[in-house]
Amino acid sequence: MKEEGIELIKDGKRLDGRGFEELRPMKIEVGVLKRADGSCYFEMGNNKALAAVYGPREMHPRHLQNAKTAVVNYRYNMAPFSVDERKRPGPDRRSVEISKVSREAIEPVILKEHYPKTAIDIYVELLQSDAGTRTAGINAASVALADAGIPMRDLVSSVAVGKIEGEVVLDLNAAEDNHGDADMPLAMVTRTGTITMLQMDGRLTKDEFERGLKLATNACREIYELQRTALIEKYSESIGGGEE
Amino acid sequence: MGIEVMEDIRKDYVYDLIESGKRVDGRGFRDYREISVERDIIIKAEGSALVRLGDTSVLVGVKLDIGEPFSDTPNKGVLMTNTELRPGASPDFETGPPNENSVELARVVDRGIRGSEAIDLEKLCIEEGEKVWMTFIDIHALDNDGNLMDAAALGAIASLLNTRIPNERYGLTGEDTLSIRDTPVAVTMVKIGENILVDPNLHEENAATSRLTVISNADGTVSGMQKSGREGLKEEEIVEMVEIGIEKAGEIREKYLGDK
Repeated sequence: MKEEGIELIKDGKRLDGRGFEELRPMKIEVGVLKRADGSCYFEMGNNKALAAVYGPREMHPRHLQNAKTAVVNYRYNMAPFSVDERKRPGPDRRSVEISKVSREAIEPVILKEHYPKTAIDIYVELLQSDAGTRTAGINAASVALADAGIPMRDLVSSVAVGKIEGEVVLDLNAAEDNHGDADMPLAMVTRTGTITMLQMDGRLTKDEFERGLKLATNACREIYELQRTALIEKYSESIGGGEE
Repeated sequence: MGIEVMEDIRKDYVYDLIESGKRVDGRGFRDYREISVERDIIIKAEGSALVRLGDTSVLVGVKLDIGEPFSDTPNKGVLMTNTELRPGASPDFETGPPNENSVELARVVDRGIRGSEAIDLEKLCIEEGEKVWMTFIDIHALDNDGNLMDAAALGAIASLLNTRIPNERYGLTGEDTLSIRDTPVAVTMVKIGENILVDPNLHEENAATSRLTVISNADGTVSGMQKSGREGLKEEEIVEMVEIGIEKAGEIREKYLGDK
């Protein structure tokens, strides 16, 4: 993954002007889709993720029903036009794996036992991709689940850390991911501090790993506040009718 | 349904036993099952290894072929890792396209090798932009008694260490051995209750709430990680697991990949 000849850090700043521990700008919109039970549009830098949640609804095919809990399905999908070189539509090996780890990132907070025999379907579409897409998708999905009114223990927040030119930095963009030395996406349940997704590729020393872990968990707390605020804003509007 | 009930009962048994400090097969929490690595057992493959981890066995074969490089890396060979969770290896495996578990297995093994830059892909370039060696690592699960991940990863690096480049077959001359610069080793741990165990067998895998694989290199750096399972892990647990992972990988490397 290492590529020579590209300068990723200049005068202590990254190519897009960020500091090492700075997140990309984020934008969250709740309830953007009419037909879905819950939805969220989430921007993280140049990533544009759209999550739609359906359910709890009847599980099909029925033999896949679970008599004790709801079954959670998660489909991560990249739009063909979301990347530089057109992506062939449909699931590939990468998206199958991302769907699996994303589902496992979110599932622990859903009170699935309240809805036996049902399915909760989470569809995440990446309309534009710029590294860290699975983390943007998880952030969107978590808010969309809350918007669908599905009982949850907490929200899940997600971000990646990585290493570029020997520095551990937060929230890699595509240039940094392509030319960097390591990438480590993570998801966390803020209330309990539990890490529900952790992946890593590239190469990190144990110290760098531990620093990255701290950096990512702190950033998840920041993202968590934004997710909460977006939900509160949406619902204080619809319930209170603007009492402020 | 009958099997599910049995599995639930067994989970409780595994859990209770572990809470009292014991494992089903009598191992300590930090012990691997008996490991064996037999290399070069498939003469038709350019490299191969049969790895046994207790009753789990995985056969890995490496084949080299000539193909075109990717347009963004015209001077590099190509590495591809595939897994087949064959139905003969477990009553839980089905025929058909690879499911998410087999895709995950292959991709994690692949990431460990790629991240460590164990294979010098530039040396696999024959003609820039035109012809490169494509290295296929095929992971064939033969018998699944848990922890296919570590067996597969060990099989992959063991095979690569013995892989010959089939120059003759293509009328080429050049180096005959694959240049391997590092030896990434995967160590998988699970959490059951509040306990962390290495090398879970199948019953432990089923009883576990979460799993973490840590792939580390000869110099102690980490080149791959993957958490899975239905529950999360605490930050300090992950830090501890990474430490255990690096230590155990060192032991395995010395014993089974030592003659590199």
